[in-house]
Amino acid sequence: MKLVACVKRVPDTASPVRPAADGRSIDLGGVSFVLNPYDEYAVEECLRIKDARGGEVTVLSASGADASKELRHCLAMGADRAVLVKDAAVDRDARSTAALLAAALKGMPFDIAFFGRQAVDHDNAQVGLIVATLLGLPAVAEVSQVEVGSGAVTVRREAEGGIEVHEVPLPCVLTAQKGLNEPRYASLKGIMKAKKMQIEEMALEIPDSLLDVLRMEPPPPRPQGRVVGEGAAAVPALVRLLRDEAKVL
Amino acid sequence: MTGEIIAFAEQREGALKKSAREVVTAAAKVGRELGAGVVAVAFAEGAVEGAGALGCYGATEVLLAGGGGPAACARVLATLARERQARAVLLPASAEGKDIAPRVAALLDAPQASDCVRLRAAAGAIEAVRPVYGGKALWTVRSRAPCFLATLRPNVFTADESLGAALEPVRLAPAGAPAAAATLKEVLAPQGGRRLEVTEADVIVAGGRGMKAPEHFALLEGLAEALGGTVGASRAVVDAGWRPHAEQIGQTGKTVAPTLYVACGISGAIQHLAGMSSSRVIVAINKDPEAPIFKVADYGVVGDVLEVVPALTEEVKKAKAAG
Ligand SMILES: Cc1cc2nc3c(=O)[nH]c(=O)nc-3n(C[C@H](O)[C@H](O)[C@H](O)COP(=O)(O)OP(=O)(O)OC[C@H]3O[C@@H](n4cnc5c(N)ncnc54)[C@H](O)[C@@H]3O)c2cc1C
Ligand SMILES: Nc1ncnc2c1ncn2[C@@H]1O[C@H](COP(=O)(O)O)[C@@H](O)[C@H]1O
Repeated sequence: MKLVACVKRVPDTASPVRPAADGRSIDLGGVSFVLNPYDEYAVEECLRIKDARGGEVTVLSASGADASKELRHCLAMGADRAVLVKDAAVDRDARSTAALLAAALKGMPFDIAFFGRQAVDHDNAQVGLIVATLLGLPAVAEVSQVEVGSGAVTVRREAEGGIEVHEVPLPCVLTAQKGLNEPRYASLKGIMKAKKMQIEEMALEIPDSLLDVLRMEPPPPRPQGRVVGEGAAAVPALVRLLRDEAKVL
Repeated sequence: MTGEIIAFAEQREGALKKSAREVVTAAAKVGRELGAGVVAVAFAEGAVEGAGALGCYGATEVLLAGGGGPAACARVLATLARERQARAVLLPASAEGKDIAPRVAALLDAPQASDCVRLRAAAGAIEAVRPVYGGKALWTVRSRAPCFLATLRPNVFTADESLGAALEPVRLAPAGAPAAAATLKEVLAPQGGRRLEVTEADVIVAGGRGMKAPEHFALLEGLAEALGGTVGASRAVVDAGWRPHAEQIGQTGKTVAPTLYVACGISGAIQHLAGMSSSRVIVAINKDPEAPIFKVADYGVVGDVLEVVPALTEEVKKAKAAG
């Protein structure tokens, strides 16, 4: 099977997030980057399918910054190919990223293209579904289980009200939810091998972003809370405050 | 009429969800400033209870369209948006809304602002405010395209039923199904049975590693029941297998904004806060007075959850009984 995982480098969730001097973008001081956690589930699922049925796993990223560390991490996990679309812009909207990736995917036939549920930088949760729609392919978002059959996959998705079971004809697009699998660690051998592998670069026409970020601000601070008291003795006062002051009871 | 705002009115089993009233109200409020009407659309094969009442929340038209999967709904919304030269299509940032919106965005070649917490009209356009980087920053965004998509965080926009009068819903002609789509085979009951989802609950009682053992979550179930809410969890307890994934709140779990969030034995790691810090009132119970959760909590109790939670459950029951 031909499997593709689309991956993005994002700030580590423990990194500080501050607006830069332009008031619109993130100040990169002190920010370290990692592979988007949901994309790790996507890569892992591709590797598992390959382990079970054979095939090839390609990781694809579009980036205006150096994403070689994150792509090499995927190669070290066991991906066969890494493709980087060099982008001029560092940040773009989900729609233009998706258009770029859809164009790249047109040149690489696949059975399943995996995405993360969302990239934890801009928390868009859009790219996978936009790519699928642009390519006219069936898609299921936020899958937590995948079973590959012949010509189709059966996937589970947690929705409000129950766990949906979908049958999806191939080729298709799936986005990975936490719980799909437990990503493997790269072996030392994998890391050594990945160091020597070539990252293929691809140049493509870049569509414009259409969503302008006017301002980036820190969230308004929550009003200073208070400690009502200690232990069970504080409970009556707490309930009184919830009823009379916060009016939530 | 053209230049309208289209509002996706989510329903389940023929009943409108609370988010439908929130989304229609939000659309009506910006719509008024822009002189734009609001077309509310609900997707269901049969009747939708309360659909006509969306007029009270500001809809100027209420449409009913056939059901179908997210790809089919997206096609109907995109066609309608094109016909009406809509300036925006609004959906809730619920599982269903998030599954449909990007597909509409792709069909319209319009950008989308996800999980918005504020909308306003500025210089004849709509500006949206949305959390990014797990809630560590807010962006104010504006579309350069004639139309844009926005999903609205549930429980953040207040529904207002004084914005108009009830209308007669109109059924749209059926649309063709998309060529290649996933087929929904069945819906299984979630682990632990069907219960109120954290994303839909008005009150969440969440437990962390401080609960000490999975069986102690029965205490949280008890408190949640007394408060009319549901149970949530930190990642630590989900990873430990104490609670199902569906209950995880935070950056890699669900984003919630209930009226009341009670954090029990949760330290308040930044990734947890990402999922719950827009709750209206936050209560924290933790034995460590230095726990970061107290920095975001409106009311804190320093103490042992195993002692405080049962006392709280009793006191809430008493308060509710007293009215
Ligand atoms: C990429 C990434 C994504 C993540 N995503 C999420 C996410 O989505 N959601 C999430 O929750 N976490 C997430 N985390 C994990 C997060 O960093 C924390 O590890 C986690 O939230 C801790 O869970 P906890 O508060 O239950 O446990 P702990 O941090 O161990 O805290 C337990 C708390 O209980 C208190 N306590 C102990 N005993 C008692 C008692 N008897 N009575 C009262 N209090 C007591 C302690 O004082 C302590 O504050 C993520 C981490 C990473 C790196
Ligand atoms: N620049 C990118 N390159 C490759 N894949 C991406 C890129 N941006 C987003 N994705 C994929 O799309 C998913 C959803 O991203 P988003 O819609 O931005 O939240 C991510 O988890 C990735 O799988």
